[in-house]
Amino acid sequence: MKPESLSGCRELGVTREEGVVMDELKQLEVAARSGQLSRREVLKRAAALGLSAPAVASLLAACARQEATPTTAPAAPTPAPATPAPSASPTPAAAASPTPAAAKRGEGGLVKLLWWQAPTILNPHLAQGTKDFDASRIVMEPLADVNDAGELVPILAEEIPSVENGGVAKDAKSVTWKLKRNVKWSDGKPFTAKDVKFTYEYIINEATTATTIGNYKVIESIETPDDYTVVIKFKNPNPAWMNVFVGPYGMILPEHILRDYVGEKARNAPFNLNPIGTGPYKVKEFRPGDVVVYEVNEQYREPDKPYFARVELKGGGDATTAARAVLQTGEVDYAWNLQVEATVLDQLEKAGVGVVEVIEGVNVERILINMTDPRKEVDGERSKLGVPHPWQSDLRVRRAYALACQRDVIANTLYGRAGKATSNILVAPERFVSKNTSWKFDLNEAAKLLDEAGWTKGPDGVRQKDGVRMEIVYQTSINPVRQKTQEIIKNAFEQLGIKVELKSIEASVFFSSDPGNPDTYAHFYTDIEMFTNGPSSTYPLDYILAWYGKEDNIAQKANNWSGNNIERWQNPEYDKLFEQAQTELDPKKQEELFIKMNDLVVNEVVVIPLVHRNSVSGRKKDLTGLELSRWTDETWNIANWRRSS
Amino acid sequence: MSEVTEQRRLKTPAGTVGTAVVLPTRKPRSLWSDAWRQFRHHRLALAGSFVLLFLVIATLVGPFLWPIPWNRFDMAEALQGPSLRHPFGTTDLGHDIFARILWGGRISIAVGVVAMLVAVLLGTLIGAVSGYFGGFLDSFLMRMTDMFISIPSLPLLLLITYLFQDRMKAIFGIEVGMFLLIVLVIGGLNWMPVARLVRASFLSLKQKEFVEAAHCIGVGTGGIIFRHILPNTLSPVIVAATLGVAQAIITESALSFLGLGFPPDIPTWGRMLYDGINWIEFAPWMVLFPGGVIFLTVLSINYVGDGLRDALDPRRMFAV
Amino acid sequence: MTQYLVRRILISIPTLIAISIVIFTILALAPGDPLAEFAMNPAVPPEVRQRIRQSMGLDDPIPVRYMKWASSMLRGDFGYSFRSKSPVIDLIRQRLPTTLYVIGTAYLVSVLIAIPIGVLSAIRQYSIFDNVATTLAFIGFSLPTFVTGILFILIFSVKLGWLPMIYRTTIDTGGLLGVWEKVKQALMPIMVLGLFETAALTRYTRAAMLETIHQDYVRTARAKGLSERTVIVRHAMRNALIPVVTIVALSIPGIFTGAVITEQIFRVPGMGSLLISAIRDNDTPVIMAITIIFSALVVLFNLIADILYGVLDPRIKYE
Repeated sequence: MKPESLSGCRELGVTREEGVVMDELKQLEVAARSGQLSRREVLKRAAALGLSAPAVASLLAACARQEATPTTAPAAPTPAPATPAPSASPTPAAAASPTPAAAKRGEGGLVKLLWWQAPTILNPHLAQGTKDFDASRIVMEPLADVNDAGELVPILAEEIPSVENGGVAKDAKSVTWKLKRNVKWSDGKPFTAKDVKFTYEYIINEATTATTIGNYKVIESIETPDDYTVVIKFKNPNPAWMNVFVGPYGMILPEHILRDYVGEKARNAPFNLNPIGTGPYKVKEFRPGDVVVYEVNEQYREPDKPYFARVELKGGGDATTAARAVLQTGEVDYAWNLQVEATVLDQLEKAGVGVVEVIEGVNVERILINMTDPRKEVDGERSKLGVPHPWQSDLRVRRAYALACQRDVIANTLYGRAGKATSNILVAPERFVSKNTSWKFDLNEAAKLLDEAGWTKGPDGVRQKDGVRMEIVYQTSINPVRQKTQEIIKNAFEQLGIKVELKSIEASVFFSSDPGNPDTYAHFYTDIEMFTNGPSSTYPLDYILAWYGKEDNIAQKANNWSGNNIERWQNPEYDKLFEQAQTELDPKKQEELFIKMNDLVVNEVVVIPLVHRNSVSGRKKDLTGLELSRWTDETWNIANWRRSS
Repeated sequence: MSEVTEQRRLKTPAGTVGTAVVLPTRKPRSLWSDAWRQFRHHRLALAGSFVLLFLVIATLVGPFLWPIPWNRFDMAEALQGPSLRHPFGTTDLGHDIFARILWGGRISIAVGVVAMLVAVLLGTLIGAVSGYFGGFLDSFLMRMTDMFISIPSLPLLLLITYLFQDRMKAIFGIEVGMFLLIVLVIGGLNWMPVARLVRASFLSLKQKEFVEAAHCIGVGTGGIIFRHILPNTLSPVIVAATLGVAQAIITESALSFLGLGFPPDIPTWGRMLYDGINWIEFAPWMVLFPGGVIFLTVLSINYVGDGLRDALDPRRMFAV
Repeated sequence: MTQYLVRRILISIPTLIAISIVIFTILALAPGDPLAEFAMNPAVPPEVRQRIRQSMGLDDPIPVRYMKWASSMLRGDFGYSFRSKSPVIDLIRQRLPTTLYVIGTAYLVSVLIAIPIGVLSAIRQYSIFDNVATTLAFIGFSLPTFVTGILFILIFSVKLGWLPMIYRTTIDTGGLLGVWEKVKQALMPIMVLGLFETAALTRYTRAAMLETIHQDYVRTARAKGLSERTVIVRHAMRNALIPVVTIVALSIPGIFTGAVITEQIFRVPGMGSLLISAIRDNDTPVIMAITIIFSALVVLFNLIADILYGVLDPRIKYE
C-alpha cells in the first residue's frame, strides 16, 4: 500500500467525524510545522492579510519560537491512517528546508478543485469557455505561458525567444522556438516540432471550427528545420508574436493522435473527451458537465512532480456555495472565480478554513455609450452608423454621464476586493496603463454641462431640448452585481434629470452572436450598456481593436453585427494610432501609442470605465504553490501545487 | 353559486321547504348567508381573511404612509438589523426592507392571485370540457396538456420575452404590459395539473346518481357541467389554487432572472428572497421578512380556501 | 380495455411527433448562443463565433434542421452534443443513475410521508396534528428549494459538519464506508426536494380525503360497524386516491428531468442540470433527446393514471 497522506485518507472514505478529528490534527500539524514557514513567507502572508506592523512583529516572534523548539506533536496521535503518513511526521530534512523540493511524485494524494461552471470538452482548441481551457491545461501544455507579471515562462520551449538570442527576427516577421528535448506525450510517444506545426494546421483549417483560430490567422507558414526547432513566419511584422502557441490559446496537440481528425472530423475525435498531453496529469475519467478526474502522467518530464496523485475538478453550481465549500467547510481545496458580494466573501473567510486569493485582473467593467440613435430605424437597422444619437453625440452630455458615475461606491460596496475604481479602459499590462486620466463624481458639474448643452429640466424634472426628452435605456446582462450597479447609476442619473429605464437580459442572449436577436450587446439597440472586457494578451491589439473606426469593424447589419466597434465611434486619430500599433516594434513607442489610444477613448467618453476587476479565488489554507496569473489559466502550474503547513 | 342550493335540494328536498314553513317571518336563507354563517364559524378562515385583507390594505396604502421610499438607498445604513427606523432592517445597499415589502407586495400579491386565477380558470375549463365530453375532444385536449407539460419552460420563456416583451411594453406601457405578460405566462404554464385534476373528478362524478337525476329533469349540458359537477370538484382545485399562489410569487422572481418581467430594480417578494439568500447568516432579516410575508399570504389564502370549501360544501352543513 | 390501450398507444405516436415539432420550433426560435461566454474575450473575435454558430447549423431553416434531427432520431440515434461533442446517449447514461437515485428517492419518500400525513390530517381535521402539519406544509411550500437548500447546508455542513455539501459521483471507496458516503451525500438533496414535494402532496391528499370521509357511503360503512381502519382504508381512501394518483402521475416523469435548483445547489449531476445547461448552451441535440424522452414518459404516466382511475372507481368507463 502506498503511504497515504492525510488528504489521501479522505479519499479512502473516512467518515466526517473522523475527518473532523483529522482536521484538528492537521491544524496541530500546521502549528507544529510552522517552523518550516520562513520569515519571508510569514511577512508575505501577513501583508496579504493586511496585518498591522505590531501584529506582524508578534507573528514573526512566534515564528522564531517555533523554529527554536522542534516539536513532535503531530507524530503522536494519528489513529486514523494505519500506515505512517510521511507528510504528517515532519522529517528533519523537511523542517530544515523551506522549499518543497524534497516532495515525491504523487505523495499529496487527492486535491479537489471546484469550478462553478463545469467543463464540457477537454480539447482547448474547441473550448467553449474559460472552464474548458482551465480543465485542458492540466493535461495539455503550450510552448510558453505567461506569469502574472506578463513575462513569458518556457513550458515546452527550451527558452523564450527574444531579439537578443536571435529567436525573434529584427523585423518581427518570424520567430524561432527551441523545444525541450526530453518531453513525451502521456502515451509514451516523443513530442517534436511536428506536433507544433500540426497544431497550426489543425487550428487554421476552417472546417475544424477552432475557437482559437483568431490568434493564428497572422501566420504565413511554419517550418520545422529539425525536430526541436519551430520557425513561425508571419504575414506582417508582428509585435504580438507571443500570442501564438502561448497560454490558453496555444496548447499543443499530438499529431499522432489527431492526424485523422482535422477539419470536419475534428468534432468526433475521442481525444476531445480524453486528451493525450504532455502535462503533469492525464485524464482518468471525464463526465462532461460534471467532473474530470486526473491521475499522474507517468511520462511527465519532472520526476518529482506533480505532488498530488489525483486531481478532481468538479464543476457546476454557483459561486456562493463554491465559496462556502472552500472557505467554510473546507470540502474542496481550491475554488475558481468567486464572484460573490464583497461583504459575504469577507464574512465567509472569517471561518478560517480557507483563504481568498486576489490577483489583479485585466478586465474593466464599463459603460458603453451609443454614438448612434437606437430609436430610429434606417434600412432595417437601428443604431445605424451615420445616424447620430440625438444627445449622446454631444461630448458635453457624455462627460456629464461620466461625472454621474460614483465609481468608488460601486467598487467598494459591490466589488470589495474584487475590484477598484478606474478611469482607464486598458489596465494591463502595467507598461500600457495611462497615468493621464482621472475620474470624479460631481453632479453639479454634470448638471452644468447638460445645461450648457441646452438640455434643461422640464416641468416634470426630466431634461429636454426642442421637445425631445432625455430618457435612456440602460441594458446589461443578468447578474446581481450588475443589477445593483445599474441601480446606483440610475439613482444618480435621475437626480440629474435623466430618466433611466433599466433592462437586464439573460447572459446567453445578451452575449450571443445571433444576428437575428436585437437584444445582443453587439446590436446595442439601447442608449447605454454595461459589461466587462479586457485584453487577452500582453500585446493587447485584439482588445484595442474595439474602437477602430474602419467601416467593416463597426458592428452593423452589413457584417451581421460581427464588427468589434460597438459604440459606432469613429475617430481618425485613433485609427492612425491603431494602425501604427499593429506593426510598431519599439517598446517605448508601443507604450506611447497604447496610452494615447486609451486616453482618447476615455477623454472622448466613448466608454465610462467603472471598475478594474480583480480575479478572486479561494484556496484551503494548506494548499500552496499556486502562482495565479491574470494572463493564463489558473491551473497552469498545477504541477507545483502542494499541500503544506 | 346557486347550483349548490339546487344540489342540496336534490339531496334533502325537505330541508329548505321545512325551514320556510317553520319560520315564515324570516326571509329564506340564501346560499350566501348560509355560506357566510358557515364561514364565520371557521375561526382559521376568518383569521386568514383578516390577515389577507390587512396585507392587501397595507401594501396598497402603506407606501404612502411610510416615510422612506422603497427605491431610496443609503450605503451608510447598509445591512442594519431591525430597528425602530427600519423595522425590517436594511439590505446590502441600504434599502429599507419594510418599504420594499410594502411596495413589492402589491406586485407579488397581484401576480400571485391573478396568475393563479388564470391557471385555475384555464385548467378548470379544459379539464371540465375534457372530462365531461370525453371521446375525441378529451383525447385532443389531454394530448395538448401532455405537450404543455413536456415543453421545457426556459427556452419557451426566452422566446416569449424575445417575441412579446417589447410589444407588450409598447402597447400597455411598462408596468401594465409586464404585469399582463407575467400573469399570462405563469398562468399559461401552470394550468395543466388543474386540468388533469378537474378532468379526473369529472370522469368519476359524471357517472354519479345526482348527475343522472339532473339529466332526467332536463338540465342542459352547461347546467350539468357548471352547476352540478363543477362545485363537487372544488376541493382539489382550491388546493391547487392556494399552492398556485405561492408558486406564482416564487416563479415571478425566477422570471426576472431570465430578464422577463419587471425591471430589475423593482423589489418583489420573491426577488427580495432571492437577493437575500447569500446573506442568510449575516443579515437573516433579508430572508426572514420576505419569506415570512410569502408564507403568511399563502397560509391565509389556504385557510380562506379551506373555509370557503367547507362553507360551500352542502354535506358539511350538518356537521357543525 | 385492450382496445382502449391499443388506441391510446397508437394516438401517442402522432402526439409525440407533434410535441417534438413544437419543441424543436421553440428551441430554434428561442434566442441564445452556445459561444456567448466568448463575447468578452477578444481572442475569439465575433466572426469566429458566428462561423461556429453556422457550423452547428443554428442558422439553417428550421424544417431542414428538424428533418435532420428526426431522421437520425428514427434510426435511434440521439446525435452528438454540440457542446461536448460526445454522443447524447452517453451523457444521459452518465446522469440517469444519479438522477433516479437522488430525485427518485426524494419523490418516493415524499409519497410515503405525504399520504399518511394527509389522511391523518383529514381524519382529525383542525386537530393540533392537522394544524401543525398544515403550517409545516406551507412553510415547505413558501420556502423555495433555493432557500431550504442553503439553510440545510448551513445547518448540516457548516455548523454541524455532518453532511457534505458537494455531491461527488467519483466516490470509489469500497465496502460499507463507500455506501455510507454515497448515502450521506444524497441526504440533503433528498430532504430539500422531499420537503417541497411532501408539502404539496399532503395538501392534495388531505383535501381529497376530506371530500370523501363525509360521503354517505363512508357513513354507511361506519354504520355497518366496520372498524375505523377498514372504513378509512377500504372505503374513504380508495376514492380519495383519484386526485392523488393524478398528481403523482404528473410528477413521476419529473424525476427523469430532475430538479434543477436542488441539483444546482448540491451539484448533483442529474438530468435537470444537464437539461438546463444544454438549454443555456443552445445544445439542441441534448435538449431534444431529454424532452422527447420526458414527453414519452408524460404520455405514458398519464395513460397509467387514466387506467388507474378505472381501477379506483369502476364506474369510470374507458371510451
